Amino acid sequence: MSRGSHPLAALTKARLLEFVREPEALFWVFVFPMVMALVLGFAFRDKGPEPIPVGIGGESRPGGVGEALSRSAALKTLRFASMEAGRAALRTGKIALLVEDRSPVVYEYDPTRPDSRLARLEVDAAVQRGGGRVDPVPVRDEPIHEKGARYIDFLVPGLLGLNLLSTSVWGIGFGIVNARMKKTLKLMTATPMRRSDYLLSHMFSRFVFLAIESTAIVVFGVLVFGVPVRCDPATLVFLCVFAGLSFTGLGLLCGSRVQTFEGVNGLINAILVPMWLLSGVFFSSERFPKAFQPLIRALPLTAANDALRAAMLEGRGLPVLLAPLAILLAWAVASYAIALKIFRWQ
Amino acid sequence: MEAAVSPSPAGPAIACRGLVKRFGDVTAVDGLDLTVAPGECFGLLGPNGAGKTTTIEILEGLTKPDGGDVQILGRRWGTHEWELREKLGISLQETKFSEKLTVLETLRLFRSFYRTGRKPEEALADLALEEKKNSRVGKLSGGQRQRLAVACALVGKPDILFLDEPTTGLDPQSRRELWGHIEGFRASGRTVMLTTHYMEEAERLCDRVAIIDHGKIIAEGTPAELIKGLHAPHIVEFGSEPAMTEVALRALPGVADCRARGGNWFVSVASLVDAVPALLGVLDRTGAKLVSLSTHRATLEDVFIALTGRELRDE
Repeated sequence: MSRGSHPLAALTKARLLEFVREPEALFWVFVFPMVMALVLGFAFRDKGPEPIPVGIGGESRPGGVGEALSRSAALKTLRFASMEAGRAALRTGKIALLVEDRSPVVYEYDPTRPDSRLARLEVDAAVQRGGGRVDPVPVRDEPIHEKGARYIDFLVPGLLGLNLLSTSVWGIGFGIVNARMKKTLKLMTATPMRRSDYLLSHMFSRFVFLAIESTAIVVFGVLVFGVPVRCDPATLVFLCVFAGLSFTGLGLLCGSRVQTFEGVNGLINAILVPMWLLSGVFFSSERFPKAFQPLIRALPLTAANDALRAAMLEGRGLPVLLAPLAILLAWAVASYAIALKIFRWQ
Repeated sequence: MEAAVSPSPAGPAIACRGLVKRFGDVTAVDGLDLTVAPGECFGLLGPNGAGKTTTIEILEGLTKPDGGDVQILGRRWGTHEWELREKLGISLQETKFSEKLTVLETLRLFRSFYRTGRKPEEALADLALEEKKNSRVGKLSGGQRQRLAVACALVGKPDILFLDEPTTGLDPQSRRELWGHIEGFRASGRTVMLTTHYMEEAERLCDRVAIIDHGKIIAEGTPAELIKGLHAPHIVEFGSEPAMTEVALRALPGVADCRARGGNWFVSVASLVDAVPALLGVLDRTGAKLVSLSTHRATLEDVFIALTGRELRDE
């Protein structure tokens, strides 16, 4: 009687079935990163410059300052019944500058406020042009909205890296601790199952989902937000697999000894939360003080995010990404070596 | 390779000598010797904490003993672990299988671990789980889960089946069903080793039992031998108005022990024909009224009480 299928294939299939039959896990792996990209993408989308609010106090002469200001797209004009009412609005920051329409025209503003100084320039330009000034030098504006420089372009590779990390660590760490708590791990070690098959099945099943997750996030970013993928697709695949290898090692390490859900929960959060903050998922890690930079650079998620961004946004190839790849490799080797050394089967 | 592991007709299926296991200050197994012949069903009997599970897990090669020697099918764990694993079927105490997999998927998974074995569908049929084969494990009753555990232990077609408290927590109906399945395996001439704290289970299934207390074997033999070994192999249970005093009971002929439980006396006696007429005579003389009277043959439970002065289960 043949054994039916190879134990590694059977174990991997069992892991995949367990996962797809867990609707909550599917939500967190697939839906959550897309919802996050949607929400953040729209919240920080490029909206063009906001008009600067300015006020006109008291009477305005027909054909005077009021008309000139309303023609400027850079300004939003509010009218106040008296200068007193206008000054109140200026003090509370509702307007950046208050105009008194008489001769000479009076600009009231606080020159230490940058938006007020900007308003002074825009208002004066509008007033002077309204009064008939002709600019001696002809100029033309060329606005730039280059893809690859927007917040969403920064965000999508970060979310990809974050998702690779958290699904690997949660999926493997939790899966192993669960099996240990239910004693299925111990029962399997009572059979002729090879222990390496068990651990590899966790890795293989993770890679199946990793492929689906990564594709989903990248395709979503490209289709919905037009995020660029400037590198060779093979480079992107290689980076995802390499990062996945490193992160599954971390997952294995998290699950290698812990015996309770509370324990593994705490351990995983202790590892993931600092990387969420430090590794440049939502904002650039360069914003942290210089003293922290060597530490931040050494984190595996920083390395993954840097490599993914450089490849997707700048079209860099693998040869120039050796530094982050070396960091990921070091984490992979160290975590697999330690995890296998300290793994508790019972 | 398979022929090398098969038990020779002369050699025992399981043999251990001087087994010792300590957990900190506690000596869980304290110099234990056992020999189980091929085809025998052997029971380790004892209260919770007696060292049954530690002993069976040492024999299963899951726990390393601090001292002593274990041979399974003439082989040692240190040198022939993977050969032995192919030949043993093991069901642990309280294993929970993945709730998301179906019964058949779980069995196929365990089947894949063994080089040779049975068809998963056959193992299901043996344990009367065919109707449940596509049910998720999470939806099974306690009895069905336990049958699945035994099916997983049998799917590699083992020479020795190890069962650690196979029916603990099951209702009497499920328990009897599972006994039927274990007897079916035994009937094929292979070896079974089980632990239990149910007397009835040991008496029904086991050819021989070892009673364990505090990590030591305090009695070993067939259930019939152990019961026959008691000085007082009969139990008289009776209630009277007014109740009889212990002193009066002990004065009756052939009384070895008496215990009060639930308003009745349980009296261990050497001979019913001597003790019962004497008891009735005393009741008659003192004018007490007999409320209930029954007798039964002593069980392994009574053997345990006679040996330790304690009851097997604290219920």
